[in-house]
Amino acid sequence: MAGSASIKGTPIFSNLDLTLEPHSWTCLLGASGVGKSTVLRLLAGIAEDVEFTGAQSDPGRVALLAQNDLLLPWLSVLDNVLVGARLRGTPPDTGRAHDTLAQVGLSDHAFKRPSALSGGQRQRVALARTLMEDCAVVLLDEPFSALDALTRAQMQELTAKLLANRTVLLVTHDPAEAARLGQTILIMTASGLIKVATPSSPIPRPFHDESVLRAQADLFDQLRSPQ
Amino acid sequence: MTGWRAGLAALCLTLALWQAVVWATGVARFILPPPALVARTLWDSRLLLAEHAAITMAEVLIGLALGAALGFVTAIALVASPMARALVRPMLVFSQAIPVFALAPILTLWLGFGLWSKITMALIIIYFPVVSSFFDALMRTNRDWIGMARVMGATPARIMWHIRVPAALPGFASGLRLAAVYAPIGAIIGEWVGASKGLGYLMLLANGRAKTDLMFAALIVLAVLTLLLHAAVNRICERTLDRPDAG
Repeated sequence: MAGSASIKGTPIFSNLDLTLEPHSWTCLLGASGVGKSTVLRLLAGIAEDVEFTGAQSDPGRVALLAQNDLLLPWLSVLDNVLVGARLRGTPPDTGRAHDTLAQVGLSDHAFKRPSALSGGQRQRVALARTLMEDCAVVLLDEPFSALDALTRAQMQELTAKLLANRTVLLVTHDPAEAARLGQTILIMTASGLIKVATPSSPIPRPFHDESVLRAQADLFDQLRSPQ
Repeated sequence: MTGWRAGLAALCLTLALWQAVVWATGVARFILPPPALVARTLWDSRLLLAEHAAITMAEVLIGLALGAALGFVTAIALVASPMARALVRPMLVFSQAIPVFALAPILTLWLGFGLWSKITMALIIIYFPVVSSFFDALMRTNRDWIGMARVMGATPARIMWHIRVPAALPGFASGLRLAAVYAPIGAIIGEWVGASKGLGYLMLLANGRAKTDLMFAALIVLAVLTLLLHAAVNRICERTLDRPDAG
């Protein structure tokens, strides 16, 4: 994807050139309001209000996991995981839904309502729903930012494990998260993308790894430096 | 329980006040009958009252069902089609500027003295609140849910049926609650204009013959039935349409 975007005449970003590495995690890091979410909505094909000039290759059908779990409160956990099939009018694969719930550790909660779950559990249901979509490209829009630190760490590890080898774009404002999960890390600024040196170890990287800590500190500096 | 007790206390207070006014003014029975007389008439005329109440309730229930169904469909159509919205919404608002009382004679002329003119009256009077509250709820659907559904490849019709309608059912329920109170008003207006049965007809008849006690009895039956209908609709809505955990 390369080009410029504006909403109702207000420029959001310009001269952006973003390429996602196939089968790898790309982290898009940046301050609030820099247009990270707009990039994601453009890729997801749900950005009618955005005027985009430039070229964008079609990523095919994508799956989206956002900060808000967007679980439907009137459906059970299982039906929320199956909601994609329901919305497309295809036969729901209940067996696979149960397997996916088991993968995220929520087998016992399949028939509960989302309101009976904790924030972390709800986000795991949303992850299961995303996995059910079984798309090659997965877009993550700050999916862990509303969680407490411990839950966030667990969710990062679980998500990295279950979405290994997919083409993932993770939009985040958290340098620590980018340092743990990014196989390519890009900082988004008003003038374009800056590619940052990234630890080469496999993800999810441990917190105490020296290269991760250094990467995190470097990212912080880069984000704070005037651009 | 406190609700029940407060209601009972209010009822007793009303009866006491009523009786006090009758004693204090020494007003004639045909102007204001004392509560005890109304109670006796209620009991003595129970078969008559029941017969007419059954007619009125039939009109109300059919009107309520039809009005709710029509309102449900209209609201969805208005949300689904901007064209329908542009054309129909001004008409809906305009229709509210016409007093329904003024329509009753015309409906009687068109539909006759039977049930249908009253059912239509009840339908018309509840149609707007049902459409309006359901429409507003449908238009308030969480945009992110719709975005998610579109990313998942849902058609607008499926988004409507699987996301917007279920999300808006509590709004439909609040329309129904209003409708349960309004529908009897519609039926009674219809009966006043031209009928040979029903509580509204009975009230007019009793009034004309200075049987004020019977008029009061009919009024009480109507009020109690309306309250029961509202309670029943409320209960059904709570069980099926409301979601305290909706987010």
